[in-house]
Amino acid sequence: MPKFETVVVETDLLILGGGMAACGAAVEAAHWAKKNGLKVALVDKAAIDRSGAVAMGLSAINQYVGLRDGANSVQNYVDYVRNDLMGVTREDLVADIARHVDSSVHLFEKWGLPIWKDEAGKYVHEGRWQLMINGESYKVIVAEAAKNALLQTGVGQIFERVFIVGPLMDGDRCAGAIGFSVRENKVYIFKSKATLTAMGGAVHVFKPRSSGEGMGRAWYPPWNSGSSAYFTLKAGAEMTCQEVRFIPVRFKDAYGPVGAWFLLFKSRATNAMGGEYMVERKSELGKWGPYGRVKPIPANLRNYLGMLDVLDGKGPIYMRTEEALKKISDAYKDDPKAYAKKMKELESEAWEDFLDMTISQALLWAATNLEPEKRSSEIAAAEPYFIGSHSGASGAWVSGPEDLQTGETKKDYFWGYANMTTVKGLFAAGDASGASSHKFSSGSHAEGRIAAKSAIKFIVENNTAPKLDQARVDALTAEILKPMETFEKNQSASTDEDVNPEYIKPRMFMFRLQKIMDEYAGGVTAQFTTNKPSLERAQELLAFLAEDSAKLGAANLHELMRCWENVHRMWQAEAHVRTVLFREETRWPGYYMRSDTPTLDEEKWHVFANCRCDAKTGKWEMIKRPILHVFAQPKPKELEPALAH
Amino acid sequence: MPSYVVPEKCDGCKALDKTACQYICPNDLMILNKNTMKAHNQDPSMCWECYSCVKICPTQAIQVRGYADFVPLGASATPLRSTDSIMWTVKFRNGTLKRFKFPIRTTAEGTAVPDGGFGAHGDLKSTALCAEPAALGLPAVFSLTGGK
Repeated sequence: MPKFETVVVETDLLILGGGMAACGAAVEAAHWAKKNGLKVALVDKAAIDRSGAVAMGLSAINQYVGLRDGANSVQNYVDYVRNDLMGVTREDLVADIARHVDSSVHLFEKWGLPIWKDEAGKYVHEGRWQLMINGESYKVIVAEAAKNALLQTGVGQIFERVFIVGPLMDGDRCAGAIGFSVRENKVYIFKSKATLTAMGGAVHVFKPRSSGEGMGRAWYPPWNSGSSAYFTLKAGAEMTCQEVRFIPVRFKDAYGPVGAWFLLFKSRATNAMGGEYMVERKSELGKWGPYGRVKPIPANLRNYLGMLDVLDGKGPIYMRTEEALKKISDAYKDDPKAYAKKMKELESEAWEDFLDMTISQALLWAATNLEPEKRSSEIAAAEPYFIGSHSGASGAWVSGPEDLQTGETKKDYFWGYANMTTVKGLFAAGDASGASSHKFSSGSHAEGRIAAKSAIKFIVENNTAPKLDQARVDALTAEILKPMETFEKNQSASTDEDVNPEYIKPRMFMFRLQKIMDEYAGGVTAQFTTNKPSLERAQELLAFLAEDSAKLGAANLHELMRCWENVHRMWQAEAHVRTVLFREETRWPGYYMRSDTPTLDEEKWHVFANCRCDAKTGKWEMIKRPILHVFAQPKPKELEPALAH
Repeated sequence: MPSYVVPEKCDGCKALDKTACQYICPNDLMILNKNTMKAHNQDPSMCWECYSCVKICPTQAIQVRGYADFVPLGASATPLRSTDSIMWTVKFRNGTLKRFKFPIRTTAEGTAVPDGGFGAHGDLKSTALCAEPAALGLPAVFSLTGGK
């Protein structure tokens, strides 16, 4: 067992993560830290230029409200998000992000992100809220501003390739974080007055569809391993919407984006018989209360109609790319030159959509000789992911801003500092905060900014250094390094490094977790369906897995990181199973179906299903929190025209 | 094997202070063998095919062979990334070649100013973030009593 050096870093604000939310936090924090004589440290497990979910790039910005042009109001966005999430959303949080997100987008443009513009100089919209970009370097540009903010002001430090395992506590206050370098034998102790977690969502909790090399081709990146959920859970923070997983329908296998095809090119999706499930199964929408009547139709209901076709044996489902492109170019058919030019332009746009953000999809098309103007391309529902920033909602339960509360909401939704979790001094943003869906890349950046300003205000008003219990730090250090010790002590018991009775390697540990979740908690092979006995069986098997987590073995620092990533995934799984079990209804049928409670129950379950694990006793508690409105709600009759149509 | 290294082209970044692919991989997959001074992907099944290593490699030694469990052989997508644009060559299994060029940024590398030139204010208690309301293009930040 190599000797590990302990590095202690003392700072005021600690930012955990390096993705969009963390970079937004860095830019904002640097300004306020400088003004108030404070220090900031940012810790990323990778390299900030290409870390997080935007590492590869993006072809669109999915949240832009357009306030300066009067295109939409903050309330319009809140209505859209609440409807898409089947009524389960924190209006104060969504409104807070919606009122700030445009400034993040305007900053991106100033920093150098190419945003498409029309002849009049206005942004080109993919849909009502979506902007088209040339986004290959989106993350590089956003990271550059974050680095410049922290380093040029002299207030900040950036630690790359340091993996954060968990929180350090001073009683009920978060006092920092502990982790290790994945490059050198060093344990890092970060002591801070406030900690902002933005370490992404979780992928590979459920078994992915691909079983070989293609396992890594998850729709959301495989390095998002549930670190945010673990961190907030272990600090004892209340969590929300842990049942609201997200299942994207994307081009099959390589998971290329479908937004441009549906929204920009107005493509239809049809089954193998040519039927259009969105038309043929329209009456199904009537079973899902008021949410089946709203426009746009909630993502999970659109998923569900397609899944019904697949269950009926009507697959594969196709995106009708050839038909969509023909329809657009037909407008130019009398002018051969203009026609050729338009086709060339459309072809370039279609390929850039993939090359900017899912290069594998371009490779798959090329490898199958597929030209979208000639042939349709298969789409399918992916495996479930935990991503509070998209059309899922899982994350920590955080305070809203004081000024976006009503007399009624303030008691339940506000506790001193915007984006602070229920743990003093611990803030969350991006995928780490829940019930504020549809923030995507831009809204996550804006939320990082909101949380950072709020955290600096917390530090100014609570400017005392938390105390650390050295015995606890020593115990945590030993626990973190244990997989390397276990490996070294026992490797001679077998001629095969991976097969040993005394330890389990992180890869097999992950496969075991994925099999449990897939088969009992409604994964792909269970057709996204589960029930109480299955979930209870999942809990029995997860309990064995939790015991075996003490026997993880790591041959090197890379594997040590994999060990802890998979422990983080296991905690995300635990919170998910408990909450799916708790909510005795089916509210998001295209995300999961509870076969024993297969319908929507507005009377009992129009609530937030929250959970908390007591940091001292390890006991879980399930909590119902009320859904309260900040804005006037649309009257039922306003939804009727959509139904009649 | 999603990203792979062409041995003749990889020089282990011996002239640089760090191995570029190892530095950039978001999933800690690229690793340098110090004996052979060649890099490799230590776990192809955890590769997202994000091409970060391909784009950063100073000797163009890294390529991607599509996931063999669902991608037929014979295709490639090869980027050439400069400071303001990226050029892609997409080769089909049947030999068809397509080339695309897209802009990647409108400013010089390294020049991003944190407040975007909008100017920052100093009121920690206000709801306006540091570059707001100017960066919003509005006179004030939305509130329940005013704004849109």
